[in-house]
Amino acid sequence: MLIATAKESYRADQALLTNRAQWVWLGLLIAGLVLVPFGANAYWTYLACLVLINVASATGLNILTGYTGLVSLGHGAFMALGAYTVAILEQRLGTPFLLNILAGGAVAAAIGMIVGIPSLRVKGLYLAIATIGASIILQFVFLNWTSVTGGSRGINVAPATFFGTEMARPSELYWVIMPITVLMVLGAANLFRTRIGRAFIAIRDRDISAEVLGIPLLRYKLLSFAVSSFYAGVAGGMWAYMFRSVGPESFTLLTSIFFLAAIIVGGMGSILGAILGAIFMTMVPELLRFAVAFVAPFIDNAATLLAPVRTMVFGLLIILFLVFEPQGIAEIIRRIRRSWHLWPFRK
Amino acid sequence: MSMETLFFLEVTLAGLGSGALLSLTALAFVLIYKATKIINLAVSELLMMGAYFFLAFAAGMGMSAWLAIPLAVAGGGLIGAVVERGIIRRMLGESPISVFMVTVGLGSVLIGLVELVWGADPRTIPDFIGRAPVFLGEAYVSRKIFVAFLVSGAVIAVFLLLFRFWRGGVALRATATDQAAAYSCGINVPGVFSLAWIIGCATAAGAGVLLGSIGGLSPTMGAFGLSALVVVIVGGLDSPFGALVGGLFIGLVEAYAGTYLGGEYKLVATFSILVLMLVIRPYGLFGTREIERL
Repeated sequence: MLIATAKESYRADQALLTNRAQWVWLGLLIAGLVLVPFGANAYWTYLACLVLINVASATGLNILTGYTGLVSLGHGAFMALGAYTVAILEQRLGTPFLLNILAGGAVAAAIGMIVGIPSLRVKGLYLAIATIGASIILQFVFLNWTSVTGGSRGINVAPATFFGTEMARPSELYWVIMPITVLMVLGAANLFRTRIGRAFIAIRDRDISAEVLGIPLLRYKLLSFAVSSFYAGVAGGMWAYMFRSVGPESFTLLTSIFFLAAIIVGGMGSILGAILGAIFMTMVPELLRFAVAFVAPFIDNAATLLAPVRTMVFGLLIILFLVFEPQGIAEIIRRIRRSWHLWPFRK
Repeated sequence: MSMETLFFLEVTLAGLGSGALLSLTALAFVLIYKATKIINLAVSELLMMGAYFFLAFAAGMGMSAWLAIPLAVAGGGLIGAVVERGIIRRMLGESPISVFMVTVGLGSVLIGLVELVWGADPRTIPDFIGRAPVFLGEAYVSRKIFVAFLVSGAVIAVFLLLFRFWRGGVALRATATDQAAAYSCGINVPGVFSLAWIIGCATAAGAGVLLGSIGGLSPTMGAFGLSALVVVIVGGLDSPFGALVGGLFIGLVEAYAGTYLGGEYKLVATFSILVLMLVIRPYGLFGTREIERL
């Protein structure tokens, strides 16, 4: 049983990692992250990159929806903004890739603040619908501003270059994507130890009370939108370098639903939750592919089953988690930890 | 009458026709929201299910259209009943956004189901309306849109009367006003919830049959439901009359935008109205304004 957990200072109380076991886990995680490209083949490295991009984006949505309580179904559109910014900068100016990705985040943050304006007037479901509206308008711009976005054909993105070496394959891009994602997740975790992060949480818990307490709602809600869209924009930028082509079909309303589902499945308002949710929701379709490949010898046309089964499983996961485990995977982990800590006593 | 005014008139009539269909779909949203305070995004997919049920009964089993339509509508109602009892009832007291996401998940399941059973390719359903064009004065109207307008108008009128005079309709309005008070008056509130879901989903399925007969079927036809979502926001989420007015309005906007600006402007025009409406008047034209207390 875990004992002697009383804290003697605020500093100790706010620390992200409080005991040695967590340091060990973190060490294992870092070692794992570093070793992935050496141990895994091209396919699994590609998957690792995809998972990391989704983790970064889901963490961003978690800041907005999980911590500030503003539900957004426009996250896919913000990712698209980042991806398009990167593609256009790479195509027109050929600026360094890190700068492009940052610019992608900045553009997404700026537009995100505009999209966030209705959040001052409406919240909850109405806000979700307003963000659907915003993302459909953005989609329209991507499709019809042909001179800039290339219309329905989209833009091809040149591979990122680092001091002359091209990074086209996932095993090389991994060294860009992994550090950025780790930095962003760390940033998010630390955000909620600061004044700003706590203001976000106060707004989530009850925005009117937060205003009474002296938190300027206007500033903090827009800030939350900006931070969240920045995350989405950076993730979209990395996505653009990974898939090397950006079009209006790259990020749809379904992308936004995917990320909202990821943080619901993972656990809203928990950094670990967003990470686990993104991993889970990215990996399940891949595992389904293995499952379909497994049953293929026994069923005719098994390959055609894959897409509908994926769609169904995606929906079922959302429903089942919301009905049976509304706190998400993070709560399952918490429960396991608790029973571990209290061992040998029950519950 | 000059050609321009005639053309304008025809566009207007077509807009009113598809607007009536939008009103009918919006009514499904409104019914469910009014009783249970849930925005059921799966209405879009129930639309699709209704159309595919009709396809299965009329084309697959060779039934006559007049038998297949009630069966398709009943199928939609059955889905509504099962979903309400099986999933939504368990979610009582959860945050509205969770329930909303459940309906999003449900929509995804239904789309997967349709693709699994009928495939992802577009289909057409047997024609039961006829093709001969209808002329109102000099203006031409597609017969299908004309029929859709008449049917939607009749159904909405019936609903408005039911809300006013039928016991169940009054019970639904009472539940919408104050759940606890409705309970203490002896109204079976869970029953009202079930009823609203069944009728709402059945309405959506019926609208789906009409929509499918006009534009054909595909697993993505639920996108029509997104326009209906705009309608309910404009009209007011809990106002059947708002659904009627909003539907006709959005139908007209879509028709004008589609004709005079180009087809790609349809969605962007309606959704710009949506965003504007949410900023100016979030509770809609005829919706109830909610006052939040600490």
